[in-house]
Amino acid sequence: MKFSASSTPTFRSALLCLSPILLAGCSTVVLNPSGDIALQQGRLLLISTMLMLLIIVPVIALICVFSWKYRQSNTEARYDPEWDHSTSLELIIWGAPLLIIIVLGLLTWIGTHTLDPYRKLDRLDAARPIPLNTKALRVEVVALDWKWLFIYPDLNIATVNELAAPVDVPIVFTITASTVMNSFSIPALAGQIYAMPGMQTKLNAVINRAGVYDGFSANYSGAGFSDMKFKFHGMDQTAFNQWVQTVKAEKMLDSQGYVQLEKPSIRVPVIHFGSVDANLYHTILNRCVGGNAMCMDQMMMVDAQSNKRTSSVANITTKAIRFAEIDNAICTTTPSLVKVNNNARAN
Amino acid sequence: MPEQINLAKLIFGRLTWDAIPLHEPILLLTFAMVAFGGVTVLGALTYFKLWTPLWRDWITSIDHKRIGIMYIVLGLVMMLRGFADALMMRAQQAMAFGDSTGFLPPHHYDQVFTAHGVIMIFFVAMPLVNGLMNYVVPLQIGARDVSFPFLNNLSFWFTAFGSFLVMASLFVGEFARTGWLAYPPLAGILASPDVGVDYYIWSLQIAGVGTLLSGVNLIATIIKMRAPGMTMMKMPVFVWTALCTNVLIVAAFPVLTAVLAMLSMDRTLGTNFFTSDMGGNAMMYVNLIWIWGHPEVYILVLPAFGVFSEVVPTFCNKRIFGYTSMVYASVVITILAYLVWLHHFFTMGSGASVNSFFGITTMIISIPTGAKIFNWLFTMYRGRIRFELPMMWTIAFMITFVIGGMTGVLLAVPPADFVVHNSLFLIAHFHNVIIGGVVFGMFAGINFWFPKAFGYKLDTFWGKCSFWFWVIGFYAAFMPLYVLGLMGVTRRLSHFDDPSLQIWFIIAAFGAFLILLGIGSFVIQLIVSFKNREALRDTTGDPWGGRSLEWSTSSPPPDYNFAFTPHVHNRDAWTDMKNNKFVRPITGFVKIHMPKNTPAGFIIAAFSFAVGFALIWQMWLLATIGFVAMIAVIIIHTFNYNRDYYISADDVVRTENARTYLLNSHV
Repeated sequence: MKFSASSTPTFRSALLCLSPILLAGCSTVVLNPSGDIALQQGRLLLISTMLMLLIIVPVIALICVFSWKYRQSNTEARYDPEWDHSTSLELIIWGAPLLIIIVLGLLTWIGTHTLDPYRKLDRLDAARPIPLNTKALRVEVVALDWKWLFIYPDLNIATVNELAAPVDVPIVFTITASTVMNSFSIPALAGQIYAMPGMQTKLNAVINRAGVYDGFSANYSGAGFSDMKFKFHGMDQTAFNQWVQTVKAEKMLDSQGYVQLEKPSIRVPVIHFGSVDANLYHTILNRCVGGNAMCMDQMMMVDAQSNKRTSSVANITTKAIRFAEIDNAICTTTPSLVKVNNNARAN
Repeated sequence: MPEQINLAKLIFGRLTWDAIPLHEPILLLTFAMVAFGGVTVLGALTYFKLWTPLWRDWITSIDHKRIGIMYIVLGLVMMLRGFADALMMRAQQAMAFGDSTGFLPPHHYDQVFTAHGVIMIFFVAMPLVNGLMNYVVPLQIGARDVSFPFLNNLSFWFTAFGSFLVMASLFVGEFARTGWLAYPPLAGILASPDVGVDYYIWSLQIAGVGTLLSGVNLIATIIKMRAPGMTMMKMPVFVWTALCTNVLIVAAFPVLTAVLAMLSMDRTLGTNFFTSDMGGNAMMYVNLIWIWGHPEVYILVLPAFGVFSEVVPTFCNKRIFGYTSMVYASVVITILAYLVWLHHFFTMGSGASVNSFFGITTMIISIPTGAKIFNWLFTMYRGRIRFELPMMWTIAFMITFVIGGMTGVLLAVPPADFVVHNSLFLIAHFHNVIIGGVVFGMFAGINFWFPKAFGYKLDTFWGKCSFWFWVIGFYAAFMPLYVLGLMGVTRRLSHFDDPSLQIWFIIAAFGAFLILLGIGSFVIQLIVSFKNREALRDTTGDPWGGRSLEWSTSSPPPDYNFAFTPHVHNRDAWTDMKNNKFVRPITGFVKIHMPKNTPAGFIIAAFSFAVGFALIWQMWLLATIGFVAMIAVIIIHTFNYNRDYYISADDVVRTENARTYLLNSHV
């Protein structure tokens, strides 16, 4: 899990390793990752540690000093059994942590917003903004029992337990699961986010160095959990294009194939699919693969519209507009997609 | 014949001979050991003719002191079980690399880590905390018992029978394989159709009701039964933290009960609260369980803070520094405990503003907690510190806990949490605060109040062995997990591919072994102390130079605690009495009104066990009968008017004269 370190000098100097534990931690994937998002997250971890050490170190030192100085056998030390209050000291013991928390709180607020997994990337790394006309790579991730399915909608390919992406190209993951909760985690690339059935989470990230990295589920999901791993390949653009071509040569993944794939299995080898049913991810997300159930988005739209109908009878137009807004908020599909969906099912 | 089959189904539900795990050698061995231990204990009870005293003085007892001791015994016994699970996990993770799969298949390993978490929180930490509060709080406020003595006995037995139900899952059926909070959909009927999750639900439901009732009881006791003169701001800090803890219990445990009830309805009645389909949403479960789960953390750690607040001034021979800010810090922690639950799942996809809000509220909790650390620190300043065992545990706590607090604040920064959430870094963090805070606190408390409860001090040599093994073992076991977490190793794995990680797991396993020696030394400490009890005898009732009221009475205290209710004029009531040349009254005793023992609590809880067991196995007939019987006993008990008695003045005189004699003969 260790990768060769070639980080910037400033980052190196930030690694003030104060204890053997931190020393051991310095070369680890979390503190020395290969993707810009994970790098910023790891750096925030370090900065917060430094900030807190400002108070932790003196406290530990004082515990040791006071324990030694005021030991019973040291009759030299001043003994003041009635001394139990000092306003100025109280101000310091409440104020000093408060100041640190204010700084840390600001860092948190800013960091949480800039590193929000839903937020579109605005840079490739600290030195480079995203070049104009860059098209992000979209990947749809499905956590299955107990393997990972990756669908590349724009390339019309899919893979199981193998993920590849070109270096320095923003990646947008949309993530869901088939049965139980998992967590999509590639420590070298970016922090994790849960994969949940019937719901979609999102992760924006970019990989800056070519290499093979570990990916896995970070949320316990049952018997096959320990082997729910995959390799993430960061490749340069040519190698990635070649990889896509090799995948293209393989068979197609349709809803029947998915139903087979979805069945619980452990230690599944890498599988490539040369093309994918365009509607597959949408039906997985809305829990209607193979058309044996009503899609959740349709169900929600039916519910919302029946609400709108009943209320619009009694109410004026402003209310109807509000319901229309709700429609947008809860329906992940546009009506045109629903049409595509229905056509696909009819065929 | 269908009728017969239905009858068998009605009586035995899902239970068949297959549920007895005869094919699992580890379980068979465990069962053999438990059976052997059980037979030995039963045999000893019979041989020494202890059945009657056991029933009369302990099982049916409503004396808060005996109930407190029973809670602590339950906690310590269950710690052996929970720790056995921990050893198995550490051994498995140290072995299962590459081609080796270790000795536990996932099916078993997943039960082990689930049981470890559930047992350590619900049946070790909770009984220890509850036991100390039960024993100490009434003594510290100068009361003769809690407000509702019978309820106290009932609460204990609910907790105990809840733990019996978890133990039953070892030998009849199996336990949950879901992790200690049983997130659906994994804990739903589709992914976990067997009885494991039902064992989880019903053991926690029964124990949870017990805890809730005990919370009500202690709040009422603290509010209504303080000795005259003891205003709220003159209460010992331990009583304050006990009050805050019980407020948290009363507000948080109903949420647990409700969320588990909804989960069991999803599983048995086909409702869709937390399912993936039909409009259910598992995220609601995750939110609700943590709305209970986060306050639970403070329920455990606040009483430990209270213990340290008693230990530090006593062993520094000095008033506690910043009493007022100590009290306000506890209250602020109590309130903030409800505003931070989302930090357990920043990675579930909330927006940045929501995540920041919960991250920052979490950090704010570190301010009052830090203030407490500083207050203990400045209590030591200009003190005269005696490094007896309770003080040693306290120093170890202070150093360990600030490290755990620091990693906790790190985890509260959402982007940082994204990279270490669910990793072994998180495991290291919460063991850092729970062992460093709660466990060290409980050992400090046990060493501190043991002479009060049993009349003799605990052996120092074995106590120090236990201390050093525990502290060094803790660092050896959990510091490697911080490193592994930073290497991106996630929790709950039963097998690893990367051989470079193995050394860290071996160090951690060695640490666990040191902790085993620490637990062993503690057991030896108890045995050696019992053997040397005459030499270790506390004749004064005040072995440490104590400061609060429990040290003003004899060790162990008489059934009635105080012959005369003390009057309080100062925060350190007993120190104040000693400084003002308090003279213990030796005449003028009157009869004392006391509550009477009753078997009702034991019987009600035993029926609740039967109901729980029946519901787990879907034995609808037994469940119905058990429930009706339980309600019947409750109703019958309400007609029991024979609930109190008087300790005659003669008996009080006899007890007090014996103490006078003891005090005089040792001056």
